[in-house]
Amino acid sequence: MTTAPETSRRQKRENSGSSQPRRGTGKKSNRAKSEARLGWLIAGPAFFIMLSVTAYPIAQAVYDSLFSFRLTAPDDRSFVFLQNYLTIFSDVEVFWQALGVTLFVTVVTVAVELVLGFGLALVMHKALKRIRGALRTAILVPYGIITVVSAFAWYYMFDINSGFVNNWFSWVPGIDSDLDWFANFGTAITIIMASEIWKTTPFIALLLLAGLAQVPDELVEAAKVDGASWRQQMTRVILPNMKAAIMVAVLFRALDAFRIFDNVFIMTNGSANTEVLSLLAYRTSIGRLEIGLGSAVSVILFICVLLICFIAIKFFKVDLASGTDAKGGK
Amino acid sequence: MGGSVGTPHRGRSARAVGAALAAGLLLSGCSGDEDVPVLTWYINPDDGGQATLAQQCTEESEGAYQIQTSLLPADAPSQREQLARRLAAGDNSLDIMSLDPPFIPELAEPGFLAPVPAETEEATTGDTLEGALAGAMWNEELVAVPFWANTQLLWYRESVTEAAGLDMDEPVTWDQVIDAAMEQNKLLGVQGTRAESMTVWLNALVESQDTSILVDPEARAVDLETNFDTAEGEKAADIIGTIGTEGLAGPGVASMDENQSMLLFQGDNGSFMVNWPFVWAATKAAVEEGVLEQDLLEDIGWSQYPRVDEDTASAPPLGGINLGVGAESEHQDLAFDAIECIVQPENQTEYFITNGNPPSSESAYDDEALEEDYPMADAIREALANAAPRPQTPFYNEISTAIQQEFTPISGVRADSTPSETDSFIVEVLRGERLL
Repeated sequence: MTTAPETSRRQKRENSGSSQPRRGTGKKSNRAKSEARLGWLIAGPAFFIMLSVTAYPIAQAVYDSLFSFRLTAPDDRSFVFLQNYLTIFSDVEVFWQALGVTLFVTVVTVAVELVLGFGLALVMHKALKRIRGALRTAILVPYGIITVVSAFAWYYMFDINSGFVNNWFSWVPGIDSDLDWFANFGTAITIIMASEIWKTTPFIALLLLAGLAQVPDELVEAAKVDGASWRQQMTRVILPNMKAAIMVAVLFRALDAFRIFDNVFIMTNGSANTEVLSLLAYRTSIGRLEIGLGSAVSVILFICVLLICFIAIKFFKVDLASGTDAKGGK
Repeated sequence: MGGSVGTPHRGRSARAVGAALAAGLLLSGCSGDEDVPVLTWYINPDDGGQATLAQQCTEESEGAYQIQTSLLPADAPSQREQLARRLAAGDNSLDIMSLDPPFIPELAEPGFLAPVPAETEEATTGDTLEGALAGAMWNEELVAVPFWANTQLLWYRESVTEAAGLDMDEPVTWDQVIDAAMEQNKLLGVQGTRAESMTVWLNALVESQDTSILVDPEARAVDLETNFDTAEGEKAADIIGTIGTEGLAGPGVASMDENQSMLLFQGDNGSFMVNWPFVWAATKAAVEEGVLEQDLLEDIGWSQYPRVDEDTASAPPLGGINLGVGAESEHQDLAFDAIECIVQPENQTEYFITNGNPPSSESAYDDEALEEDYPMADAIREALANAAPRPQTPFYNEISTAIQQEFTPISGVRADSTPSETDSFIVEVLRGERLL
């Protein structure tokens, strides 16, 4: 039976074999130079436009975060250096709680979505050809719905005044017509996370489906011939070979989940202790018009996102170029 | 071949472009009003009354100006956000703005609003109700023109008050209202959701004890002090907390806004409700559509807002809309002319009848046509005379948001702790020591 480590080693040998002669010469061939130039010509404009529309606002936010600046009191603007950050980090009840809720939502939703997404990916992968298209479309429907629309749909389902859930599920212990789902943290955050999971599980499923498709059939066949059980095929052949796809899916979803806004904004607007970091940044900048303080919250949110990326790439060895031609130059 | 196909296409395209240009020229020529200045009026959502007034005043101006309306978001805080952003950015399209009174100081203080000319002030505020006029002032100057004013009444089910033995011709207190609902196992229509309506309710409870939420509303942020940590603040919290902990507003109180409390009041368990006059028109419409029974309409009565202390007159909430002009507007004179047209008393009466928003002008209530549609018009006028505005401060948004956070859910409000916590929370937020 061919195991994952062996496959991995073989791939490494193949990769190093193909790239070594180029490194050894130390010079690029004319063709390679021409390809590199073409690459820049094609991707360069997009790269610079992306940089200008992202770098400028980020720099502006960092600059603004050093000021005490309220939009409706422009004359009172003053440089306070890191005071805004001190105020934020010393606020346990608002900032640290919002950060805690954000992390909780991120961890729970990504974990659940990973399990459900893998199940859906398997179903899509193994489905009969005749129904494969329809099945994939059906599974992707929630992902095609705008998040605000999905948030309203979930809100109206569970709202004590207009929702049908209390009526339909009144036979379940703990659920009756008097249950206000959005009045308590436990129930409110459960609905928010359920909505998030329902909406974005197809995204993870899609990424995992791509990972599943990359697992060579001959490896699975060989494992079967060697007498591996379904569980052994899964844990020793399929999952190890999908590691890159799984990590990319986790990273992308974690970044997305950490910036959760719509569902909380629509369903509770932060009440019942469900405030998250994005909502705090919005309320401070847009609601209070406190540009300095709000920018500082946004910068902290941005740094958190960078940290997640850094941890994923450095410590969990997420390879964003996996499965593309970018890595080997082939 | 390509040429033979392409030529007719190019010909058709050229003809189409030419026709479109000609049509455009023709249309602009037909309108004949390209030289008429266009005033943009940013309106809050209503039943079309402001758009009608815009049309009416455009016609009355005889070509001096043309008013076009632009819709603002549904709730007052979102309207404030949009207007403040545009004003701060120097948007010169903000000719006329429908402004919620509590947010006016924040826009007036940095000079975002054009000063109201003396002649406009004279022409529009001669008979304005006192409360409505106070909401249009900042630093003792008129910074906006009162358009319509709103207030809340105590709505009750006569069957409930009769069973409780209450004489509704006499003022009633919150304690009486609470007792009557508890004894008959009925529910109260109040606004317990985390929204501006929470501040409206709390402010009315404090003002009804001859006290204001803020010691000096015009103080700087770092100097602002509140009156929450007082006997009056505790009494207000006691009323809200009792309704919350006793479940007197029903299980859905955490999401109960004005509309939801009206639906609760219309139901079998309805007893009393504090709410704006729109509930009368809405209930009447529901009866006419057959959604509600006629008996319900006949069972509904109204009186003045409940008192906190039986010997002190209540101070009902004050709402409404005032009209301001942007400081960067290129047509300020015309905008004030238009405002003088819009706020004429007869227009206010018509707006009340068609859109349910009460006039700010006293003489607008003299029209007998009001009696048929709004039999409680006199009660509204009396309530407006006693109504107290929310604190007129540039930091109203912070204060209101802090109140909403501390006083919701109302089941968690405690007389011995919530007021003092709210006090310190507001002070720390305004000093920049805490987030909101």
